[in-house]
Amino acid sequence: MNFILLAEQFLNGIQLGLLLFLLSAGLTLVFGIMDLVNLAHGSLYMIGAFFAATFTALTGSFVIGVLLALPATLVAGIVIEVTVLRTLYTRNHLDHVLATFGLILFFNELVRVVWGPAGLSIPLPGVLDGSVSLVLGITYPLYRLVIIIVSLAVAVGLYLLVTRTRIGMLIRAGASNRTMAGALGVNIQRLFTLVFGLGAALAGLAGMMIAPVTQASIGMGEQILILAFVVIVIGGIGSIRGALVGALLIGIIDTMGRSFLDVILLIFLPPNAAETAGPALSSMMIYILMALVLAIRPQGLFPPRGQ
Amino acid sequence: MTVETPATVPQSPRLTTRLRDARTSVALLLLAIAAITPVAAPALGQPFYVDVTARIMIWAIAATSLNLILGYGGMVSFGHAVYLGIAGYTVGILAFDNITNGFIQWPLALLICGLIALVFGAISLRTKGVYFIMITLAFAQMLFFLGISVEKYGSDDGLLIFTRSEFDFGFAELDLSDATTLYYVIWILLIGSVYLSHRIVNSRFGMVIQGAMANETRMQAIGVPTYRYRLTAFVISGMMCGVAGLLSANFERFISPDVMNWPRSGELIVMVVLGGMGTLFGPILGSVAFLLLSEILSTWTEHWHLIFGPFLVLVVLFARGGLSGILDRLTGRADR
Amino acid sequence: MTEPLLAVRGLCKSFGGIAATDNVDLDITPGEIHAIIGPNGAGKTTLINVLSGLLPSDAGTIHFDHANITRASAPARCRRGLARSFQITSIFRNVSALDNVALAVQSAAGHSFRLWRPARRDPALRGPARALLERVGLADRATVMAGNLAHGEQRQLEIAIVLATRPKMLLLDEPMAGMGIEESERLLHFLRELKEQYTMLLIEHDMDAVFALADRITVLVYGRVIATGTPQEIRANPDVRRAYLGDEAAA
Repeated sequence: MNFILLAEQFLNGIQLGLLLFLLSAGLTLVFGIMDLVNLAHGSLYMIGAFFAATFTALTGSFVIGVLLALPATLVAGIVIEVTVLRTLYTRNHLDHVLATFGLILFFNELVRVVWGPAGLSIPLPGVLDGSVSLVLGITYPLYRLVIIIVSLAVAVGLYLLVTRTRIGMLIRAGASNRTMAGALGVNIQRLFTLVFGLGAALAGLAGMMIAPVTQASIGMGEQILILAFVVIVIGGIGSIRGALVGALLIGIIDTMGRSFLDVILLIFLPPNAAETAGPALSSMMIYILMALVLAIRPQGLFPPRGQ
Repeated sequence: MTVETPATVPQSPRLTTRLRDARTSVALLLLAIAAITPVAAPALGQPFYVDVTARIMIWAIAATSLNLILGYGGMVSFGHAVYLGIAGYTVGILAFDNITNGFIQWPLALLICGLIALVFGAISLRTKGVYFIMITLAFAQMLFFLGISVEKYGSDDGLLIFTRSEFDFGFAELDLSDATTLYYVIWILLIGSVYLSHRIVNSRFGMVIQGAMANETRMQAIGVPTYRYRLTAFVISGMMCGVAGLLSANFERFISPDVMNWPRSGELIVMVVLGGMGTLFGPILGSVAFLLLSEILSTWTEHWHLIFGPFLVLVVLFARGGLSGILDRLTGRADR
Repeated sequence: MTEPLLAVRGLCKSFGGIAATDNVDLDITPGEIHAIIGPNGAGKTTLINVLSGLLPSDAGTIHFDHANITRASAPARCRRGLARSFQITSIFRNVSALDNVALAVQSAAGHSFRLWRPARRDPALRGPARALLERVGLADRATVMAGNLAHGEQRQLEIAIVLATRPKMLLLDEPMAGMGIEESERLLHFLRELKEQYTMLLIEHDMDAVFALADRITVLVYGRVIATGTPQEIRANPDVRRAYLGDEAAA
């Protein structure tokens, strides 16, 4: 295990964690405030990626593509909220699961029809291509660094929004006590739509940013959605701080585990066994972590107060 | 002080009996059709329907097992398909290592299903609501990814099973390589699962499970520690789903991680809800409806999910009680 | 003085820094009806929730029938003989009245890991359940779905459920809430009858009922006990008059 590789993978872990945070932040707010299980949150991540791919192809600029795709995803989110999800708030969790499962099937198929089954890749603009040298001889792909910086900026912005603004105060009030927020004369319906749209845009942004690295593909939303579930279960449903901590934890552990677990296992196991157990164990690690957290704290690490 | 007037909802025992009869007769009719399908379908020039029916029956067993905890116990497990995979892989891996004895394969498969259900259940049942849904989903995905990462047993390409489980009773042999024999084994095990559910649901244990769903606090306050009963139900349900898994592995002669991927678990929930949760024959109706619907829709268009997705949303928004509910309402209207 | 059936010492429970039960001492002697009164928000229901084990206490001890039950779970307390009713009727609404009581009978009869024989045809459950329904006056409503019973009938049903657990002591949280005058009257008589058999801790808003029924009364204000004594002593207690009956006395 050399230091440079370790540092690089650590940064990769942080990058994955921050992307997960963008996805989880919206998800945990929707859970916390509306008590809605939204499986289709991952679809917004996917839709964001495809929007970005299309707009980038049309305008020839990735940055403009993203700037166009963001409001487009926001609108998509609001349309979903107004047409389907709004009527689900008063229903039970099973109904949420069923209806949003239907939405996933619909959106995956819709994307297949509109954009084709193959997926779309987004070429990186020349400026963002290439690597930068960091301290201690670490070089890191510039674009991944950009993802980290943008995500961090969004996270800070979200923090300021939630803690420093009137809207944020309402969101927090709604997350801890819905009836109270209603009693304060808050237009709950509009607050819900707003929060959902915000969550959609954040999920979309995550999808847009990762698309140049992986590509926009059908089913990309569900894979990361399940990771986001693990994140908010660990962090505590409804807690943005929990989502941040959980996301970084999952991102780092998952990335580091995949790269180094077999090396670590070599210390204890014969090479043959380590080679088999390594990938198997590393794919299970975050779930085992989740089980451990839950066994000790069934409400997650940062259960929101007032519930 | 005003005295509330009693809410006198007319309780006509004749009507409710007839409604229950309607659902039961449809299900029994379907089981009877399934019984003659291996003879009738080829005679009608549609041998293809024998396999379709066998698959539907396997899913019906899985849906019946989920109904036990979801419909009667209110436990929204979103990872139930994992037991299909566990049992299937047990059979597949044993066959891969040349252990084809069904007397070893099947009990071992169910035992492993039970143990894993015990571990998953013990942790996830400590939580409630949204947490429970997501944790069961996450645990199932964990094993899905495990299946993908183990190259020895085929990773995501899956594992071919060359020899079906062998049952040698000494005096006679149950030959599952004979398609018709396997078909009737499936048929019998489906009926067995439904009958087992029937006994469990109406037993003292069943009363506790249903009571805990209806009013957890009251249940605790009359002295019932609900957790251990829920956990037991969870384990039984996982093992029953394992029956479907080992049947599926034998029928398809193939097992892959995809059988425990999350959409499969979602589809199981859809079947249970479509058929009517917490009804004995609902899962049969639901799996028939779901699989036939997907069969029919996919002959219209390869993009049948475009229709099915919104259909699900509409079912949730407008059709309470699933197919059974619709059946009830139809027969109810006919009665009036 | 006989040894108390329920002995509470220094019991505390707070929610986010606000004490709902504040250092409560309480002794309930076998056979007595002990009423807890106090203004709204005095922490009466919290006290019952902590005593019945639905809420964990923060500090203090609870002894019941010679056993320390401070850390026992709600089901364990019930099986020891401490049964409760709820202020908002808590029954199984989607099954018959008889099923409701039979389930409680079943719970008292031992574990329920019996997965084969039909419970609804078990005379060992149905018999006692029917008898209890008769005792609370619901014999002819046995097959009605509990959710369809009138409000007063649901309250009666809940008492039948509580009795079915074979308790030694009853914790009754406003059993007369929402009842008509006639129904309350009947319940009053019934509770008096029950007194022969059970010790009772009773929360009730209906002061006439409290003073008619209770052997002793404890007054709770802001989670704290300000007085305990016989109805006469409580009526005469200046603290109580000021804190609770105060507005009447002042006017």
